[in-house]
This record gives sequence, structure tokens and C-alpha cells, in this order.
Amino acid sequence: MNTIIQAQDVHFRYEEAGQGSPLVLDGVSLEIRQGEFLAVLGHNGSGKSTLAKHFNAILLPMGGKVYVKGMDTQDEERLYDIRQQVGMVFQNPDNQIVATIVEEDVAFGLENIGVAPEEIRRRVDEALKAVGMYEYREHAPHQLSGGQKQRVAIAGVIAMRPDCIVMDEPTAMLDPRGRREVLKTIRALNKEFGITVVLITHYMDEAAQSDRVVVMNDGKILLDGTPREVFSHVALLKQVGLDVPQATELCHQLRRQGWKVPDDVLTVEECVTALLKELEVKHVRHS
Amino acid sequence: MLKDITIGQYFPGQSLLHRMDPRMKLILTLYFVVLLFVASNLLSVSLGVLVVIVGYAVSKVPLRMLLKSVRPVLLIVAFTALLNLFFVDGTPVFQWGFLTITQEGIRYAVLICVRIVCLIAGTSLLTYTTSPIALTDGLERLLAPLNRIHLPVHELAMMMTIALRFIPTLVEETDKIISAQKARGADLESGGLFQRAKALIPILIPLFISAFRRADELAMAMECRCYRGGEGRTRMRQLHYSAWDYAILGLFVAMTVAVVLINRIPLPI
Repeated sequence: MNTIIQAQDVHFRYEEAGQGSPLVLDGVSLEIRQGEFLAVLGHNGSGKSTLAKHFNAILLPMGGKVYVKGMDTQDEERLYDIRQQVGMVFQNPDNQIVATIVEEDVAFGLENIGVAPEEIRRRVDEALKAVGMYEYREHAPHQLSGGQKQRVAIAGVIAMRPDCIVMDEPTAMLDPRGRREVLKTIRALNKEFGITVVLITHYMDEAAQSDRVVVMNDGKILLDGTPREVFSHVALLKQVGLDVPQATELCHQLRRQGWKVPDDVLTVEECVTALLKELEVKHVRHS
Repeated sequence: MLKDITIGQYFPGQSLLHRMDPRMKLILTLYFVVLLFVASNLLSVSLGVLVVIVGYAVSKVPLRMLLKSVRPVLLIVAFTALLNLFFVDGTPVFQWGFLTITQEGIRYAVLICVRIVCLIAGTSLLTYTTSPIALTDGLERLLAPLNRIHLPVHELAMMMTIALRFIPTLVEETDKIISAQKARGADLESGGLFQRAKALIPILIPLFISAFRRADELAMAMECRCYRGGEGRTRMRQLHYSAWDYAILGLFVAMTVAVVLINRIPLPI
């Protein structure tokens, strides 16, 4: 698979914080491959959002390099090429919708890069259908629910036909239903349209649905692997203030009590199967 | 409570006036204002009244909206009419003590009344039949040539769009802050004017802080979507003058000729 975003030994500190303050990113190296669904986990202040902002040149590294499809993010000439390739969705849906009508907002990015009107129309309709918001194209944003607004924001990004979408806690402000809607949309974009997704989150169950999880702590990458690998490090995750999915947690506790359940359980179904199997074994042993 | 605020006074509809190009509506509204002041006798100014009547009939905007728009200026109209009635020199028709009403006075008073009422009614028709978005759009494109003299037309239009977009959001937020402060025991309803004004401070400060935070985030989101001002920007929605637009413009030109001609007819008053 091709690399789409490459971060090499990135160091970063916010200017406002002063010289003596600790680095927010302290030597992060990461390669994101085309078509991947990557989740970045970390507690508040771990540097995960700061890292995300490096992927489309909103922030520039103080040390090290970030490349998007081979383009250096510090190259100002390529700035808009980079932002076109890597779209970004933020936490608060209200603060990223610019226009007063849904379809106008989806068109905003395309208008900025000077696409012809008929082409904009086509792509806006396409994008709205992809996120299931086509029927709402003439609504005002304030008439929509949080989940719907976030889907409109996503439509605005995919209308630009990016190769990669970076989402900075897109579900943090939504109710459970909105979260489900948005997550479903994200997964569909990744599976059906082959768009690379970088999901910054602190929800373990969201991370569990990804192909690959990166755990950040104190501006460094702590763990990097499949959800199964990463969540098997229960003790280490707890040490840095993170939880594991409930099913994983349960199995971990049972293992400590001497039960022979696997340590890489992710979903409830897996947990149920493992427990049933173990109970059967115990039952046979007793009788 | 604050939710009932409507933005602008747009009255949705599908009439001919609603479907007109917003640029043409803006031009014609200005044209209409000029025409009202070109009309200098009662007969020619009544053409203006005719335009207003036909306009409201075609747009299907209810009559109470017309009354609503005119009501705030009625006092000014009455005051100006009285001034004209009593203080214009000419042939006296009525005298009582120091008060003299002249023929010219009556003429000016009626003329100014009709002009102001038509002015308000006519310009309100623009905002009744054009959504704020279309209005902003029309203004931006109409004023686009002023870019050459470095007037930031696109930026102004963008500011207006963002303001329109965030009014409902901020209204909702104000509601939330009011509830939160009430829950903390804030008293907003009692006391004199000064005390009430003071009670607004704990509402305004959080509102401002949050508005600035929103502005910051919005700016970043706009940058992420390649926003870089008006240069090289295209628009999805294109505006087209239709045959109707030109026909109505033609009607206005014909009316100008009529007004100028009627102005020359000597009338008894």
C-alpha cells in the first residue's frame, strides 16, 4: 500500500506557551497508508489533536517533516493542494458550517478552489447523497440535529474529493444516536469510497472499529498496531489514563482471576463466545 | 423565548417577484425611490402608489405586512405633513389666528405623505420577497465592480453571510446562558433600569467569550476548506436576468417617461 501521510520525527510547541514549556509533540514518526482507517487515541493533552493539525498544514512542525503524498507541508506553494487532499472535520459541527443553507455549505470548499458551477452542483449532490443528507439540501443548518450537522460537514469535505479525511473527535459533542450516524458514515466512506480516515477519538469502542490504532501519550506514540494488539496492553493503557473496551476489560479481569479467556477480545459477541466456551470447559470438568 | 426571532422579514413564496433576480430587484428598488422624487405632482406620484399596489398584489404578501412596515414611520409622516401644511408660503385658503394653511401647503403635505409611505412600502417589498441570502448574493455581485477601487465587497458579503448563519446559534446560546445564570440565582426581572442592565453583564461576558471561540474555530475550518478570499472564487448558484426581469425594467423606463410627461400637466392644486 502507498503511504499518503508521512510524519518524520515531528516536534512541536505552541508559541504562546513560551520557550520553557514542554513539547506538545516530541518526536512523532508515523506513516499513514492509503485506504487505511486509523484511530488515534489519547487522553486530553496527549498531543493527538495537535498531531492531526499537522496533517493538512494548519500547524507546521518546529522540527522534523510532514509529507502529504510527497508534498512537504512547509512548502507554501502546495498549501492548497495539500488541503484539498487532506480534509478536516472538527469537533463542534456548529463552528465549521459557513453558509446559511446546507447545499451552499457543501459547495463552499469547491467554490474556494474555483471549480466550474455545473461541476460544483454535481459534486455537491453526490456528496450529500453519500452521507445521506440529500433530502435536507435546502434546510438551514440550525434546523438540523448535531449528527446531521456533522454529516453535512463531512459532505463539505468529501465534495472536494480528498484522499484522506482527518476527523478531530467528530462525535464528542453528539448524542448516542448522532454518534452512531456519524460513525456509520465514516465507515462507509472508508469501505465504499476507499477514503483514508484518520479518526482522533477518546472513545474506545470507536477505536475498536478501526484497522489500526495509535495511542499517544505526552506527545509521543506509545502503541501502534491493530485494535486487538493495542487493547491487549490493558495495564499500560490504564497507566496513561485510558480505558479499554468493556468486553476487553471484563476478560482482562477474569484472566487475573485465573480464567482461561483470550486477552485480545474486542467486541461483546467475542466476549460472549469466549465466556460460553470457558463455562462449558468448567462444566465438563466439574461433572 | 428568544427562538421566535425571525431573521430579516422574508415572506417565503413563489410569486413572480420572489423569482426575480435579486440584482434586478435591488436596481429597481433604487430606481423606484428616485422615480418617487422625480414625480412632482399628485397625478404622477399616484403612479408610484399604483406600483406599490400592483407589487403587493403580485407578490401575495398579506396586507398586514404592508401595514406593519408603514406603522413605525406614521408619526414621522404626520409630523412632516403638519410642518408642510402650516409653514409653506403661498395662497392662503384657511386662516385661524397665527395658523395659515396655503394651497401649496396642502399640495406639499399630501405629496410628502404619499412619497414616504410609498418609499417604505416599496422598499419593504424588496425584503419581503427576497431572502437575506439572496439579498447578500445580489449585493455582492452588483457591487463587484467596486472591487477595483479596493472596496472589500466579497469580504463584506461573507461577513453578512456568517452573521446570518450565526444569529440562530448565538440566540440559542444566549438562551442557555440565561438559564444557567438563573440556575445560579441571577435575578434578571426585578429592579430598576440600572440594575437590570447590570444583571445583563453575566450573560454578555460568557456570550462574547464563546462568540470569539467560535470565530476562531470557524476561521480554522474555513482555512481547511481552502478559503482565501474572493479572488479566483466561483459560485455554485449563478444569477441570470430572465426575460421578465428585462420586461419589468422596461416597464419602469416607460413609467419614467410617463412621470416626466405628467409632471408638466398643470393641476388645480
